[in-house]
Amino acid sequence: MKSFELYDATTVEEAVGLLDQHGPTSKVVAGGTDLVTGIMKDWVQGPGMPYPDVLIDLTTISEINRIAVEDGALRIGAATPLADIAESAEVQAGWPVLSSAAHSVASPLIRNFGTLGGNLNQRPRCWFLRGEHFPCYKKGGDFCFAVTGNNRMHAIIGGELCYIVHPSDTAVALLALGAATTIAGPAGRREVAFDEYFVGPREDVLRENILQHNEVMVDVKVPQPAAGARMAWIKLKDRQVYDFALTSVAVVASVENGVWQDGRIVLGGVAPTPWRATMVEQALAGKDVQSAVRSASALIRNEARPLSLNAYKVDIAIGLTERAVLQAMAA
Amino acid sequence: MKKLMLSLAVNGQVYDVAAFPHRTLLEVLRDDIGLTGTKRGCDDGDCGACTVLLDGLPVTSCLVLAVDAVEKTITTIEGLATAGQLHPMQQAFIEHGALQCGFCTPGLIVTAKQLLEEKPDSSDEEIRAGLAGNLCRCTGYVQILAAVAACRDGQLAGQTEAP
Repeated sequence: MKSFELYDATTVEEAVGLLDQHGPTSKVVAGGTDLVTGIMKDWVQGPGMPYPDVLIDLTTISEINRIAVEDGALRIGAATPLADIAESAEVQAGWPVLSSAAHSVASPLIRNFGTLGGNLNQRPRCWFLRGEHFPCYKKGGDFCFAVTGNNRMHAIIGGELCYIVHPSDTAVALLALGAATTIAGPAGRREVAFDEYFVGPREDVLRENILQHNEVMVDVKVPQPAAGARMAWIKLKDRQVYDFALTSVAVVASVENGVWQDGRIVLGGVAPTPWRATMVEQALAGKDVQSAVRSASALIRNEARPLSLNAYKVDIAIGLTERAVLQAMAA
Repeated sequence: MKKLMLSLAVNGQVYDVAAFPHRTLLEVLRDDIGLTGTKRGCDDGDCGACTVLLDGLPVTSCLVLAVDAVEKTITTIEGLATAGQLHPMQQAFIEHGALQCGFCTPGLIVTAKQLLEEKPDSSDEEIRAGLAGNLCRCTGYVQILAAVAACRDGQLAGQTEAP
């Protein structure tokens, strides 16, 4: 790894100022498990992904390491460790889909210092992107090695140009919960719904979200769920113990007398962004869930455009969606 | 780039180390301070061989920058035995033969020690979940789980002198 200059920011605004001052080769860091010891240690770089020479530590900002419930809504600072979210009694009671998703990230040893903001904003795990010698689109190159190479982990939906899958588990749960994030930039702070946060390769292949180089994620705000909301989280991995998701599903739904009123179904591990299965939601609306869920989930097949080695994930996405909806019903 | 002066509190003793900001806690512990009980396995956060306690919580020290360990307490495997007596968890691993090559052992022992300190009556399932980040490629985990359970249940034959 190349060395870098390190700054300890004491406020979010100071971090924004440092980013603005040092330009695109400066980055904010909290746990550092991805940026420092993933990307930088493995020399992942290219014209579209410059190697950082200035890091700004956010763990020294107390404002963004906290979990609070305010007027029924949950607010979690971006530098809050994942273990704190997974173990929070308040999160478990009100937003179990989020505590389950946070608990399913990596291993206990990493959740103790890996943060929510880091989990949401980490770079994808595509083995070509992570390989030093593959100048792919995401690094500013002109090729996607997954199209002709080993693509068994790659996107089955929404891939175009680049076939990464979004790596974050908590992003899937937060999108299902209708959460929003506060972003700080040179012009001040703004709130952005996660519906508008993630960016696919069609829009801009060099990024996975709207966060600009001189902006910092401050916190995440999760609304109070509707009374009696049902939630479920399922994550399928290659290894039983811990790994990134082959496919994950988060369900947050209102159900009355077995009939689907309203809700969100979001899948991870299938697309370059956390992917909302709106066609399944619409097919369930007003229907008896038990009898409609199988045919509704099967609609995912119409959306899928698998690559040479990952058609198996289409079946997994359909089966896991059905299972997650039924699990939410039983919750 | 210049070296930073880091004051690291390891096993109750303060070490002043001059290190570049990109050095990991694992590297500084092993190469600068000389505490080689903490092992470098994958160097990628996957195996847990490098586990140390940072402010009492087990973390993979290969993923932590040394500079982020300043003003925190660090406990490595070398810090467990006191006054010539092995820690009960070390004793339990010996009595149950919970190792073959031993490379994962320091990480497993510090993780297991913290697990039982945080929750002394951890269930077998909680022990399995708590040790999920520490891989062992020799034993198949059976003796490791038996050792931790024996430590929890206070079923150790007796203390031996630390080497």
